[in-house]
Amino acid sequence: MPILEVKNISKQFDNTPVLKDISFTMEKGTVLSIIGSSGGGKTTLLRCLNFLEIPDKGKIIVNGEELFDGEKNKTFTDNDFRLRRLHFGLVFQSFNLFPQYTALENVALAGKLLAKERPDFKTNKDAIYAEIDESARELLTTMGLKERMNHYPHQLSGGQQQRVAIARALALKPDILCFDEPTSALDPELTGEVLKVIKELANNKYTMIIVTHEMSFAKEVSDQVIFMDQGIIAECGTPEDVFDNPKNERTKKFFTNY
Amino acid sequence: MGTLIVCPDLYIIGDKMFAEQFPIVFNALNVGFLQTIKLFFVTLLGALPLGLIISFGSMSKLTTLRSITKVFVWIIRGTPLMIQLLIIYYFPGLVLHNPIWGGGEGGRFGACAVAFIINYACYFSEIYRGGIQAIPQGQHEAGLVLGMTKSQIFFKVKLLQMIKKILPPISNEIITLVKDTSLARIIALQEIIWAGQAFLKGSQGISGAIWPLFFTAVYYLIASGLLTVLLGALEKKLNYFR
Repeated sequence: MPILEVKNISKQFDNTPVLKDISFTMEKGTVLSIIGSSGGGKTTLLRCLNFLEIPDKGKIIVNGEELFDGEKNKTFTDNDFRLRRLHFGLVFQSFNLFPQYTALENVALAGKLLAKERPDFKTNKDAIYAEIDESARELLTTMGLKERMNHYPHQLSGGQQQRVAIARALALKPDILCFDEPTSALDPELTGEVLKVIKELANNKYTMIIVTHEMSFAKEVSDQVIFMDQGIIAECGTPEDVFDNPKNERTKKFFTNY
Repeated sequence: MGTLIVCPDLYIIGDKMFAEQFPIVFNALNVGFLQTIKLFFVTLLGALPLGLIISFGSMSKLTTLRSITKVFVWIIRGTPLMIQLLIIYYFPGLVLHNPIWGGGEGGRFGACAVAFIINYACYFSEIYRGGIQAIPQGQHEAGLVLGMTKSQIFFKVKLLQMIKKILPPISNEIITLVKDTSLARIIALQEIIWAGQAFLKGSQGISGAIWPLFFTAVYYLIASGLLTVLLGALEKKLNYFR
């Protein structure tokens, strides 16, 4: 069973279609890269999966469970969407760390707030919090930030901030982790350290969707590549198919200009 | 006071010596200043939270609510606080024939508190709105994708960032409020200006004395000085993040 099935997703803003009938599937433990020129709908697609935008039409199915159906779910409450978002994690281009919290607090905060919904929260509060802090420390250590845990975001470099943001998204153990141009705000040196972390996650079989302009990285890390253009999937296949033997005219042109 | 009497004719105003007058005046001004302080704190206590509610109104998705709030804020910010005080105090009794405030000092204080709270809440609401809207949308979205509720995002993520942003303009308003309390004199609330002015007209055997009125300035200076230091320290405390 695929971990994610996206069926016929459409989205328009002010009568301008941004996503037109997008469908794809992905398997657990694989990496999907979405490439294409700006304005092609890549970011909107990620935002739809995370319910930051609500698709007009189509279905989103995770692990066989239908999370969203544009026909039926117009009346979802904020809380319906909130619970569905937990299947996905999202790492932003601009990090969006919470400035008033340390790296460790950034990673642990959401878990602690969600723990309040657990039935055993009142009796086990201290133990639950200690456990969340401990796993946050472990995550930051794997991100190479052992020495930076108690620093505030403004005391960290862009690359370090993005690694904290990745740890923060991983802390909630999402089924699928999404990256929206995670290195676009970084200089080449810092880009390298963030891409290295994402590669390690891929080696550890995390299921990831990565919107990126780093073509060689996408080719190296992906199991599947989607090229998006003007709201449609122009080309989809293995990295070899898409990068080395593009069939679509638009894809060919994109790589020539790139 | 001994040193002050070295040059007595400078200080003899009215029919009593300065040294004799001072304790009487000092006492009266303290009583007046207590009323000033009371009005100051009651205004802050009411206007700080009410301003937040008004700011939510002015950012509402409901067009009617948003328009009503904006017109209300426009009227309050667009007219002098002194007129608002006079209307709130006199309108119920003289026009509606329903003197809700009563005649005493308590009634005058009630009218002042209502006028000041409404007036300052409107100013605060605009500062809050600026503060909330200055927080990047990314903070809200980061909270959403981490499964936070809207109220968790507001209280755990945005509120402190907002407080940090609005503290300088709020401090400004708070310092202004210290001095604005003197407007309550217009409906004869017995605050410190009223108390100082009493010695000009004649009170407790002192009349024609202008210095008590001038001396009230010292109270305002001390109060605003203390607040400046306090609010500055708070601002510094929030400097640990950016």
